[in-house]
Amino acid sequence: MTTSTVTAPTAVPPAGAPAPARLRRRNRLAQWGFVAPAVLFMLLFFGYPLLRNVVMSFQHYTPKTFFTGEAPLNGFDNWSNVFRDALFGKALWHTLVFTAGSLLGQFCAGLALAVFFTRKFPLNGVLRSLILLPWLVPMVVSGIVWRRILDQDTGVLNSFLDTTGLGGHTPWLTDPHMALLSVILVNIWIGIPFNMVILYGGLQEVPRELYEAAALDGASAWRTFRSVTLPVLRPVITVVLVLGFMSTVKILDLVLALTDGGPADATQTLGTLTYQNSFVRLDFGAGAVVGNVLILISAVFAVLYLRANRTEGK
Amino acid sequence: MSKRFNRPSRSTVIPLAAVSALVAGAALTGCGQQRDSSVYTVLNSSTDETYHRWDAQAMARCGKRLGVAVEQQSVPAAQVMTKALRMASSRSLPDIVQFDASEMPTFAEAGGLVDLRTLGLGTGDIPRGIVNFGSYKGTYYGAARSVNTLALFYNKDILDRAGLKVPATWAELRASAKKLTRGKRYGLALSAGGAEDGVFQFTPFMWSNGGDETRLDGPKVVQALDYWKSLLKDGSLSKSTVGWTQADVNDQFMAGNAAMMINGPWQVETLNTEKSLHWGIARIPVPKAGEKSVGPLGGAVLTVPNTGDEQRERTAGRIVACLSSEREQLTYALNSWMVPANEKAAAAWRRQVPELDALADQVAAARSRTARLGAGWTGVSLALQSAFQSALTGQSSQAALQRAQQRATSGNRGTRR
Repeated sequence: MTTSTVTAPTAVPPAGAPAPARLRRRNRLAQWGFVAPAVLFMLLFFGYPLLRNVVMSFQHYTPKTFFTGEAPLNGFDNWSNVFRDALFGKALWHTLVFTAGSLLGQFCAGLALAVFFTRKFPLNGVLRSLILLPWLVPMVVSGIVWRRILDQDTGVLNSFLDTTGLGGHTPWLTDPHMALLSVILVNIWIGIPFNMVILYGGLQEVPRELYEAAALDGASAWRTFRSVTLPVLRPVITVVLVLGFMSTVKILDLVLALTDGGPADATQTLGTLTYQNSFVRLDFGAGAVVGNVLILISAVFAVLYLRANRTEGK
Repeated sequence: MSKRFNRPSRSTVIPLAAVSALVAGAALTGCGQQRDSSVYTVLNSSTDETYHRWDAQAMARCGKRLGVAVEQQSVPAAQVMTKALRMASSRSLPDIVQFDASEMPTFAEAGGLVDLRTLGLGTGDIPRGIVNFGSYKGTYYGAARSVNTLALFYNKDILDRAGLKVPATWAELRASAKKLTRGKRYGLALSAGGAEDGVFQFTPFMWSNGGDETRLDGPKVVQALDYWKSLLKDGSLSKSTVGWTQADVNDQFMAGNAAMMINGPWQVETLNTEKSLHWGIARIPVPKAGEKSVGPLGGAVLTVPNTGDEQRERTAGRIVACLSSEREQLTYALNSWMVPANEKAAAAWRRQVPELDALADQVAAARSRTARLGAGWTGVSLALQSAFQSALTGQSSQAALQRAQQRATSGNRGTRR
């Protein structure tokens, strides 16, 4: 700024008072110019669909709408219909159990493996890359393969359990009381690599000296982990959990491939309910309601995350 | 000189404006419908290589006869409806859409289809039941080329070895299935999963027993579900039944894991790839001897969507008429193992494939799923799926079906309005 005021008089004729103002204006314009593409992108690809989804949840939006373009507003009809449907409560509960169970399992297994791989031993690199495999397989493919593995009569898992004498007749996906647990287990298997990779990266960042200091103080392995590793790893852990939450809470493809929401709606989640309402029943208003609930849950979590980050920054 | 360039004279302004208007007009229409005026498109679900080829050949023959080019665009069966709806909102509907007959009422209800009779299609040679199959609220919107239904498939070798004859009643089916269950092999395989698949398979038991989809908690429906439960309790059905689609059932039957199965003629193509498998086909057993076996009528119908272009719609009607003509029906039916919709074609078909005779009988008595409920079928189907899955995994049939009936008639669904 100071340089511009110094050079200004030489560039402009005397009494150059308006120059700084003009420059400032130009600066501001340039700033907005840089921000504009991002804002435009956000508005177009996030703001607009979000708004449309909210509006749609208050509309009677049916196949007819595609022809006439008319979707009369119907107040809270869609909302009360969805909330009155017993399936919604069930799906919400399944989604919460599924998300909590998956995150817990993925995170614990991922962290344990990450810590394990920080040691130096032969074939460390090979094993670490092999563990990444589930991540590389498309979700639907994993779903279909696991559906075969978990088949009650002909599945590999039950055949294996049979030979080990652990009872090979577990109805993994066909018993309504077991199905959700099975889907969670498969999702944990899928999520471990992601958790492990990020946490492993985080562990590499922990300064060696801290471990040496802890060792000098005579701290046990568990104490070192709790008082050195975990605190340093905290930002990484929050990122892993938040990203994990976002991708788990909206689960759809895996459930469709494994159980299609069944048996007897035992694995319906908010994701599958949205799908069913919008694309099977073609009741797009009801689908939008469930979609909005999903977005709301994610938003609450995102706000909590941002708040946690802010207090950490202080 | 320079003046002339700055200001175009009046004589050049008009052609310029005309050209730009033409260009703009062409660009705008190009957005709405990117189609070649002499090419007619058919949206269907023939994603299987064989079906795609058969359809392509039929379309080429009809195109040649009518002097137009006919192209097909195939998407997975579950996406035909959503794809067609999206095309409707962007005013780019194809000239012909092949819907599954159970989905047609939804599209017709939305005002998306043209009455085929106004396009000059006759229904004289088509049995009443199949005309109804392609109709919604009395208007004939869909021409069926072939129809299918379910039947009892059995492994001849296994039945012969056990010295059993093909079961014809529920009691016989239950007894035979129990006797044929041995080791890893189940007596019977059927599908109670895979969304609509399971419902399709439940209907012959519900209807042959006198049950009705408008009253899911009626005693006849409960009885039919109890019958399914008894098969499971005997161990004659696998516990995985609730997760199986009809394709899974076919896999089990082909692998020798089931002695009998409930399935449809579209599996024959696959069944015949296994040369060592000797299978037979029979009507689905009925509750008591002498009763009528009522199966579900399945299959796709060719429809002409309402594009507003009458000229094209008329030509599309002629293409549909050609594709569903007696000759094309017979060719298609012989390829796909399904039963021709046309009476004369069906008679010729019976002579050529006597081994599927049972199927033709079953089709003649079959019932359309949407005849009673129209677009409301989807809601009932979802409720019914959930009900028989609950019942097969422990709940009482009565309680499960009562809840299904409540869900289906709570009147809170757009589809039931």
